[in-house]
Amino acid sequence: MLNIENVVKQYANHRALDSVSMRIKKGSVFGLLGPNGAGKTTLIRIINQITAPDSGSISLDGKLLQPSDISRIGYLPEERGLYKKMKVGEQSLYLAMLKGLTRKVAEKRLHEWFIHLDITGWWDKKVEELSKGMQQKVQFVTTVVHNPDLLIFDEPFSGFDPINTEILKKEILSLRDRGATIVFSTHNMGSVEEICDDIALINNSKVILHGNVSEIKNSYRNNKFALRLENSDKPLSQIIPAGCEILEPNGVDVGETLVKLSSGFSPNLLLQNLMNHATVLGFREVLPSMNDIFIQRVNETNQKI
Amino acid sequence: MNKIGLIIRREYLTRVKKRSFIIMTILGPLLIAAIYAVPIYLSTASFEQKSVLVLDETNMFFDTFKTTDNYKFQHIFIPLDSAKATFVRNHDDALIYIPKTQNMVPEQAVIFSEKQVSMGLKSFVTERMKKEVETLKLQAKGIDRTLMESIKTKIVVEAVRLNPKGEEEGSYPEIRLGMAFGMGFLIYLFVFMFSSQVMRGVIEEKSSRIVEVIISSVRPFQLMAGKIIGVALVGLTQFLLWVVLTAIIVGSVQFALGQDISSIAEQSVVSAGSSDDMQKVIESMQKSDTMVYVMESVNSINFTEILLAFIFYFLGGYLLYASLFAAVGSAVDSEADSQQFLLPLTVPLIIALVSLSSLVENPDGQVAFWLSMIPFTSPVIMLARIPFGVPWWEVALSVTLLVLGVIGAIWIAAKIYRTGILMYGKKINYKELWKWLRY
Repeated sequence: MLNIENVVKQYANHRALDSVSMRIKKGSVFGLLGPNGAGKTTLIRIINQITAPDSGSISLDGKLLQPSDISRIGYLPEERGLYKKMKVGEQSLYLAMLKGLTRKVAEKRLHEWFIHLDITGWWDKKVEELSKGMQQKVQFVTTVVHNPDLLIFDEPFSGFDPINTEILKKEILSLRDRGATIVFSTHNMGSVEEICDDIALINNSKVILHGNVSEIKNSYRNNKFALRLENSDKPLSQIIPAGCEILEPNGVDVGETLVKLSSGFSPNLLLQNLMNHATVLGFREVLPSMNDIFIQRVNETNQKI
Repeated sequence: MNKIGLIIRREYLTRVKKRSFIIMTILGPLLIAAIYAVPIYLSTASFEQKSVLVLDETNMFFDTFKTTDNYKFQHIFIPLDSAKATFVRNHDDALIYIPKTQNMVPEQAVIFSEKQVSMGLKSFVTERMKKEVETLKLQAKGIDRTLMESIKTKIVVEAVRLNPKGEEEGSYPEIRLGMAFGMGFLIYLFVFMFSSQVMRGVIEEKSSRIVEVIISSVRPFQLMAGKIIGVALVGLTQFLLWVVLTAIIVGSVQFALGQDISSIAEQSVVSAGSSDDMQKVIESMQKSDTMVYVMESVNSINFTEILLAFIFYFLGGYLLYASLFAAVGSAVDSEADSQQFLLPLTVPLIIALVSLSSLVENPDGQVAFWLSMIPFTSPVIMLARIPFGVPWWEVALSVTLLVLGVIGAIWIAAKIYRTGILMYGKKINYKELWKWLRY
């Protein structure tokens, strides 16, 4: 759906994006990850045609991005706000019409969304009368009201309370189910793991990791297993074969033990050993979390520099 | 609808619907009308008759203080202390005390009053006593008062301009001076007021963080242009409402006043018999003379020309300043930070305003010429010169330079604006601005 090829953006004294390429599949949720200042917001601004790249190209559905494509994109910036003195309904209409909707269509769709999110009572309120969480709901509506094919959320969950975060996640996923492509930009890995299909990790203006979330996790597997045992006749350290190492006696969950297998050692062998000496209640592979991978990759690339 | 149109519409409507706009629109003409009406009201309004005690130890002013419409004089002949007591007991409005003098030429008087002594009474007493004493002195020297009156002379100097065809035109310098000042000041006020509104709007959008949402829908230039045009329309609306409302109010005042004068004149002619009435007739004739003069001078001014000039120079000056103010607004995070950039922008405007008073003395001088050419000062200065008549080529040159200045200002502003609105938390200096210009 969205193809980013070798995009470069140079500011006066630093390079914000250095030959950045990525592919975002239609109907997927894409995570654009990276520490603060990595260049995520610059890339998003380029996709939104707020700024232009110095070189490189961006194509949407195989065609180079056009100014008219703005109406196909919905963007919720990290720095977001509303006119404080304007009424909610009036303001939503204004923003929807700026996206190219006619007044009639905008009114109809806004009312549908307001009913859907149960906020119809706010239509005639001034924005300054709303709480921050309420304002963010309104902002969400104005981002999606024109039914964009591509939705870009920059740090969408910052400042949301847990309840609203859940509502927002649910809404975003249901938009994806209806065919929209979603791009998340965040440095908060936890939120990404559950909902993203693909990710790209940007650090110091470069893409350092790009691909499918489960594939990446598998490629970073490090032979770690979580065990849950009962009625063992010997201490665990005497049960496990040589070459294995107990990482955390109280592993991921309470009562679990995290064990790292030496390379080339089959998990089946470990399991057989365990079964001889104890009742095995649980045995599962622990993949590194995106957070670990993120930190690992960022540290690796930073060391190289 | 066109996106720029949407922005203009929002900027216009949110401002016009504000309470402060409505108040300003009504208050402006009322203020102008009040400047006209208050002196007229004060001169015609009849006051409550005040009772005044007169204790005249010289016994020279018995005839001087006779009861009039405004004052009821009561002469008393008791010592000052008991007079004061009587005054307090009777609740009279004032007590005039004229002490005895050695040389029989009284030169002072005291007015006692519970409240602040009114200026009217004070000048009334001064005038009357002065006239009385003068008459006495004249008599002592053997000069007849009527002879004295006949020597007094009033000179009327009429200023007449000869136009190139040699025809006479009234010059009416007073009214032109007033117009020049008024117009110059008004354009200063409008340019400054509405440019500041643009700047505040830009800062509002930036600090409320809505700007990034909007420029993902429209280009930064469209947002800036829409805001500037929207506010310009607010300014024009306010100006035109002021013109219409002022015309209505002033017109009705003039009408009412005109009625008044003719009725006084009629009355006086009918009852003209005694010399007293004769005096009144002459006074009212003189009064209507000045009225005619004022009206003639007002009519001598080409209002369409001035109105068109005002609209053009307001728009030109406004576009010049508003776009630069918008650039400043985009570069700073809050209004407080804007001062250092605003100063160099407001200085030319203030220079123009300050030099107005000396310029109207010499509207065709060198300084006036150059200031009316520089785009930063020409809106104020040229508008002040126009009531005096300016050669057409000067106007054309000034207009051209202003248009070029506006284009330049918009070009600079657009470049600063599009970078500035996305820049947060950074202290901006002139070096930084210069860098943005070359992006």
